[in-house]
Amino acid sequence: MEVPIRATGILGFTFFSLLFFICTSSPLHNLFISNAERRIDATSHIVKVYLTLKVENAGSTPTSEVLLAFPPTRVDHLATVEALVTKGKRKKTTLVRLDVKPTELPDAPNGAKYFTIYLANPLNSGESTTLEVLYLFTHSLEPFPAEIGQSESQLVHYRDSALILSPYHIKQQTTFIKTPSSKVESFTRVEPTNRAGTEIKYGPYEDRPPYSFSPILIHFENNSPFPVVEELVREVEISHWGNLQVTEQYTLVHGGARHKGVFSRVDFQSRPTLSGASSLRHLLARLPPRVHSVYYRDEIGNISSSHLRTDSRKSELEIEPRYPLFGGWKATFVIGYGLPLQDFLFESSDDRRYLNFTFGCPLLETVVDKLTVKVVLPEGSKDPSAVVPFPVDQHLETKYSYLDVVGRTVVVVEKKNLVPVQNSHFQVYYTFKPIFMLAEPLMLASAFFLFFVACVAYLHIDLSIPMLSVRGVNIRYGCAKIKPISKCVSDMKETKLSDPADPPAMNDSSNRSLGG
Amino acid sequence: MAAVANMPVSDLLKSFKLKTKQQELLIRVSILCLVYILAFITRLFSVLRYESMIHEFDPYFNYRTTLYLTQNGFYDFWNWFDYESWYPLGRIVGGTLYPGLMVTAALIYRILHFLRFAVHIREVCVLTAPFFASNTTLVAYFFGKEIWDTGAGLVAAILIAVCPGYISRSVAGSYDNEGVAIFALLFTFYLFVKAVNTGSLAWSLASAFGYFYMVSAWGGYVFIINLIPLYVLVLLITGRYSMRLYVAYNCMYVLGMLLAMQIRFVGFQHVQSGEHMAAMGVFFLMQVFYFLDWVKHMLSDTKLFQAFLRITVTCAVAVGTIALGLGMLSGYISPWTGRFYSLLDPTYAKDHIPIIASVSEHQPTAWSSFMFDFHILLFLFPAGLYFCFKRLSDATIFIVMYGLTSMYFAGVMVRLILVATPAVCLISAIAVSATVKNLTVLLRSKNKGVQTGSTKGSSSSKASSKALLDQSQPFQKNGAIALLFGAFYLLSKYATHCTWVTSEAYSSPSIVLAARGAHGSRVIFDDYREAYFWLRQNTPPDAKVMSWWDYGYQITAMGNRTVIVDNNTWNNTHIATVGRAMSSYEDEAIEIMRSLDVDYVLVVFGGVTGYSSDDINKFLWMVRIGGGVFPVIKEPDYLVNGEYRVDKGAAPKMLNCLMYKLCYYRFGEMLTEYGKPPGYDRARGVEIGNKDIKLEHLEEAFTTSNWIVRIYKVKPPNNRW
Repeated sequence: MEVPIRATGILGFTFFSLLFFICTSSPLHNLFISNAERRIDATSHIVKVYLTLKVENAGSTPTSEVLLAFPPTRVDHLATVEALVTKGKRKKTTLVRLDVKPTELPDAPNGAKYFTIYLANPLNSGESTTLEVLYLFTHSLEPFPAEIGQSESQLVHYRDSALILSPYHIKQQTTFIKTPSSKVESFTRVEPTNRAGTEIKYGPYEDRPPYSFSPILIHFENNSPFPVVEELVREVEISHWGNLQVTEQYTLVHGGARHKGVFSRVDFQSRPTLSGASSLRHLLARLPPRVHSVYYRDEIGNISSSHLRTDSRKSELEIEPRYPLFGGWKATFVIGYGLPLQDFLFESSDDRRYLNFTFGCPLLETVVDKLTVKVVLPEGSKDPSAVVPFPVDQHLETKYSYLDVVGRTVVVVEKKNLVPVQNSHFQVYYTFKPIFMLAEPLMLASAFFLFFVACVAYLHIDLSIPMLSVRGVNIRYGCAKIKPISKCVSDMKETKLSDPADPPAMNDSSNRSLGG
Repeated sequence: MAAVANMPVSDLLKSFKLKTKQQELLIRVSILCLVYILAFITRLFSVLRYESMIHEFDPYFNYRTTLYLTQNGFYDFWNWFDYESWYPLGRIVGGTLYPGLMVTAALIYRILHFLRFAVHIREVCVLTAPFFASNTTLVAYFFGKEIWDTGAGLVAAILIAVCPGYISRSVAGSYDNEGVAIFALLFTFYLFVKAVNTGSLAWSLASAFGYFYMVSAWGGYVFIINLIPLYVLVLLITGRYSMRLYVAYNCMYVLGMLLAMQIRFVGFQHVQSGEHMAAMGVFFLMQVFYFLDWVKHMLSDTKLFQAFLRITVTCAVAVGTIALGLGMLSGYISPWTGRFYSLLDPTYAKDHIPIIASVSEHQPTAWSSFMFDFHILLFLFPAGLYFCFKRLSDATIFIVMYGLTSMYFAGVMVRLILVATPAVCLISAIAVSATVKNLTVLLRSKNKGVQTGSTKGSSSSKASSKALLDQSQPFQKNGAIALLFGAFYLLSKYATHCTWVTSEAYSSPSIVLAARGAHGSRVIFDDYREAYFWLRQNTPPDAKVMSWWDYGYQITAMGNRTVIVDNNTWNNTHIATVGRAMSSYEDEAIEIMRSLDVDYVLVVFGGVTGYSSDDINKFLWMVRIGGGVFPVIKEPDYLVNGEYRVDKGAAPKMLNCLMYKLCYYRFGEMLTEYGKPPGYDRARGVEIGNKDIKLEHLEEAFTTSNWIVRIYKVKPPNNRW
């Protein structure tokens, strides 16, 4: 592809302001967007973009695919793309989710990346439809200044385009950007631009050709903490005795402006709103209902600052790290809990079993950079396969837990860049014969049985080395033989009698046997 | 409950038609099993109250080394040079520790994993001490059986299972050398007594191995290697020399010595150190005795033998003293260490080695703590001694000597109550067992007498004499019953006391502090771990932390950062340097800290919570230890009229030294208690004297939520222009 152009595209956004008129593939120029409204929510550290597109087919052939374009630098931070279409008449509208898949186009300008929305019904010529698109960006607010003191508030840069990047002609478009507070240091003006309260409005812009781009930079205050889980390992262990044990290992970091200089506890305690406003004090994890034996600990022990609230529909675990997290500070911890198995394990029609469990991180408003889900199947289960609604890496491992002989099969699923919206369910199918459940109890029982048998045998076998007295010299011969108990007892009596009552005296230096 | 349970049991026994002996065996085994379990579970209070965690200071080092051992294998452990402590000197860990505990825990861990029990090494470490305490009860049973009878053995097992003096060092989580060492100590003694009683080489060899295990586990092995020769000497003097003793001691000493030399930390001390010379002396004396005995046997002429005896003894003593003198003079035999001196002379440490005197567990024991740790055993102990003297044998002489010497040491040092505990339990068990046995025999014989008298009446004279006895002692039976009830009452009091002490006093991990809140709720101060975890996560991995040595092990184990000094107080000068830095003005201290590459300074401060064992209260020891090496630091500079104060009337040097500044930095703005001025120190109950503290070379890096731990960062030097 166009390597030099692509390189410059990575270097800066300005090159995107060039207009591209590429009219090669037919479906592209058949469609056009009559009205587009984009609402960007930058109040937390996950930037949410709601895009409403009114798509019209101006061509002659029906089409069922609509393309979304993204600049290549932002695709890495794109966590999820969802598209919905409204159905039905007024008042009785329902939203229907549409398939969205990443697509490669051979002649994408400046290496732009595409996602294709597959419409449920093909769009005939002259018809129009309204699409609701939601996508989320992570790591898109860049703290500036990058380091702040305890009493300063956190300012961030947000970069985007005033115009929607699209392979289609857009007749009319507006963009709203919502900031968490009215404190906006600066923003790029692309007339017409308005600012009112916490909202900045770009547009409306009329008749922009495909791939229009106009970079903007907004510098504003965002004091919400930036909880980023750098790595999360979730281990789900299935026990057919009725329990599902979940263990989650977190490496949490505050991804906002780095803390510099002093941390003063006096200021932090006495002026909580002014001092350390962007610090991360607590997190909320939403766990499934009927959760039990919850723990929250780290490498050096239990962390006592957590609260669990349960009701019939959900459980909420509020956790505080050991110390408030300032920008750049880290904390690692483990959350574990047990769940009743019947809520999550089902039998499928083909006699297999499957686990149906949430995929993502239970912490709210948290970005997960790398997620590894491990499903530990019971020992003896076969043919595991995982069904995950989005592309992931999969492989198998073996784990040895309590009383395992051959080890348990572990299905490992890995995914990068995850946001809470993606906490959809995934399934792991496997076959398991219930007879294997008895293996471990039987093993334990037989071990105890053998132990007692050994004890009984030991008590009944005489292992001592009898002595034969030949010509006054004690000769020993060693052999272990089983005697009837009565004989043992009589032997004992004899030996007792023959033993001198008192220990040998000092001058008793004849060749006595020691310890007969 | 017991009565209800007793009925079916006796029915069961009858239905099985067990003989009396078998019944007795069954009861004995089940009692032992129950005691074994009891000893384990009574030590789990700390796990239930808090969590499964390592306690206090030294256990953290043991835990860290065990972790290293399980991760890197034995050879790496043996050759481990630890860069993370005693910066910049480092520490040869493999050569300066007793590896018994770590190897034991690692072995248990390996075995459990081999059997596919996927436990964490921390759980193994936490439960090692209770497990060995359980084993100790078994050893106590066999020991008691060896000294007295099975009854005494059972009572000893029960007493030692719950005795607070032992529990204080063996609760779950107190993963310290003493946990396994008391087991090893008692086991060695038991095997040795068994060897002396039987004269068997096998038992003697076993006791040598027991001694080896003890040497590998704890420095307290010196007690064994001095007590056993002393015991042998006493037997020789009292004319109880026998072939059995000769075999037992020689085998145990020679093999035990050779085995002990395999421990790197002990090395050649058995032949080179003054503390071990007594054993060697007795070894040679034993040979002389045997030789004399042989000569006497050969000569069979008393006069000639007397002359020979005089010559030999003089020669032997002369040779011995000359050898010892030469060894001492040439420096081949090292003199006694300070710790040993301080045992013989309790005031020695106070005058000469402040670092030993500064440790709270090295203080002389108060009467109250004897009462606290022994309870009724304190009264039973003399009674048991009486019984022992009444029935003197080689074994009872041993236990009497063990009891008396260890009681003396327990009086000298608080922590040595631990060593005395098994002896006290055994001797008390003899008292209890003998008394109860006498009383029950009295009760039973009477019943039988009445029965036989009424039914058989075979010999009239016997019957009449028994009737006479019955009439002459009408109160004996009632008296015996009353005494039995009294004993039962005392023992049950003992049990409740032990449980109470265990749950209230000895089950606190001291890392996590618990207090009662205003409404009676339990408040937890987890500040130590908060600070250590902050260090672990948010400082550069090679950061050096300076703190008083108490916290060294915890910082390396939990914070995973390099420390300047730690609880292994091997280098007094280094500790004194830190003490000097803490007690100097800031601009002097910064020079010391820069020379030691210090990045962070950690202090413990209890002024907000009222936590009294903080650095301000320990500060005078820093001054003393620092002043012991650097005469610049003088204790009177920090005192006003011999009084230690932190309020307005404090000494100016005190108000401006580094420790004061770091503890009270910005504390003057803090309201700690309602109705008191800001800057009111709750631990000492005064308003602080210097509220306007400015730091020039340090800055506050972290303070925990209850201010217990405060960490400061050393600022880089200013630019020169």
